[in-house]
Amino acid sequence: MHRVVITGQGTINALGKSAAETQEAFREGRCGIGPLEIRDVERLSIQIGGQVKGYDPNAEFNRQQIALYDRYTQFSLLAAREAIAQSGLVFSGDLSAEAGVVLGTAGGGMNTQDENYRAVYEEGKNRVHPFVVPKLMNNAAASHVSMQYNLKGPSFTVATACASSNHAMGQAFQLVRSGASRVMITGGSESMLCFGGVKAWEGLRVMSKDACRPFSANRNGMVQGEGAAIFVFEEYEHAKGRGADILAEVIGFAMTSDAGDIVMPSKQGAARAIAGAMRDARIDPKDVGYINAHGTGTAANDKTECAAVADVFGAHADKLMMSSTKSMHGHVIGGTGAIEALACVMALHDGVIAPTINYDEPDPECALDVVPNTAREAKIDVALSNAFAFGGLNAVLAFRAI
Amino acid sequence: MSDSVADQVRAIIAEQAVLELEDVSLTSSLEDLGIDSLGLVESIFAIEEAFDISVPFNANDPSESDFDISSVGSIVEAVRQLVAEQKA
Repeated sequence: MHRVVITGQGTINALGKSAAETQEAFREGRCGIGPLEIRDVERLSIQIGGQVKGYDPNAEFNRQQIALYDRYTQFSLLAAREAIAQSGLVFSGDLSAEAGVVLGTAGGGMNTQDENYRAVYEEGKNRVHPFVVPKLMNNAAASHVSMQYNLKGPSFTVATACASSNHAMGQAFQLVRSGASRVMITGGSESMLCFGGVKAWEGLRVMSKDACRPFSANRNGMVQGEGAAIFVFEEYEHAKGRGADILAEVIGFAMTSDAGDIVMPSKQGAARAIAGAMRDARIDPKDVGYINAHGTGTAANDKTECAAVADVFGAHADKLMMSSTKSMHGHVIGGTGAIEALACVMALHDGVIAPTINYDEPDPECALDVVPNTAREAKIDVALSNAFAFGGLNAVLAFRAI
Repeated sequence: MSDSVADQVRAIIAEQAVLELEDVSLTSSLEDLGIDSLGLVESIFAIEEAFDISVPFNANDPSESDFDISSVGSIVEAVRQLVAEQKA
């Protein structure tokens, strides 16, 4: 068993175009959710989201690249560039042969699908661009990252809806821990804020029209976001040997399936994943100082998640902090766990706990310390990150300060 | 005179609950009929399509929505009102 550490992080999301900008927004409790600026928005009943604004693809990529890169791939490449640059790694020889990239996404190239269905169905066109398939496929982002950085080891995409990037990071963690690879690039990306993407979510009637207020008694649903976050997971001795800056250690991972309902969460499934991650990390519940919650802001998730945490931690549940940063960046679906891992790194590395903003009224069914509205300085040793997906697929990661 | 709004709503709910039309009375609650939260969202979708109306309903807080789902009869009344408002 090898130890696994994080030596690079990168992101683009509604809160910022780098990890530093995003973590600054976490510290300030800034909200990145606002009016959607997308085609046909007037035909949507949900018109807000955590959209990446002020972003010009032409400033980052050339015309040939844009022909191949869906927005979710663009986000992945920008986040990977930042993370890999920070790590200082260059992939060649043996390292190139074993290093790979495991990313999470739920929808893949959703904008590409939306635009091209519109072209053939609404506009009656009988021809689409030749690269529609390689642009929309769920593994496009992982493949382009592998090509850009010469990563020739195990690379694939994990699609488990809202748990995708936690499952992906869990796979990368296990590949490094087992010795299969000394370095893995991992995280997730999502860009579903297009007419078809939001319209589909509207149908479920779980979206808020005004704000994401996790754990607050007046919460009225989730708000979608978009973006990517990517990390460099590296074997500890390898990182130490080359004098790399280590941001945090990845110490445990567990996944469970509810085998229950396609949309309703299960307390037992969540609790088993949380307990499993701690067991995998060989830590006691009392070691955990912070949990980055799944915290979607729906009635069902938040009370189920709090009940699961209360069950697993017992009396210690009242001592730990648990916040939902979705209140700021929105629910980034298949990329959300990766963006939320930035809050775990901030907690462990900088000693600042990101808040749950828009918290107005206590809910007796969510009676935990949710770090309401204002970030908090606290020295903690271990952080967990929860992700509970539609389909009852749960994935929890454990991180430690180093 | 037959009540077409009530008949259509009952038919939609009967189909969702996999019951005969006569088993769905105006006093039944959705719970009585075995309709869960997903079934409710599907029923509302079917009602919107059948009457060409938009139903204000958020699954996070069904009790606070203007659309009263406490019984089949209350749904029929709410639909009648929405049809009158939205077709006016």
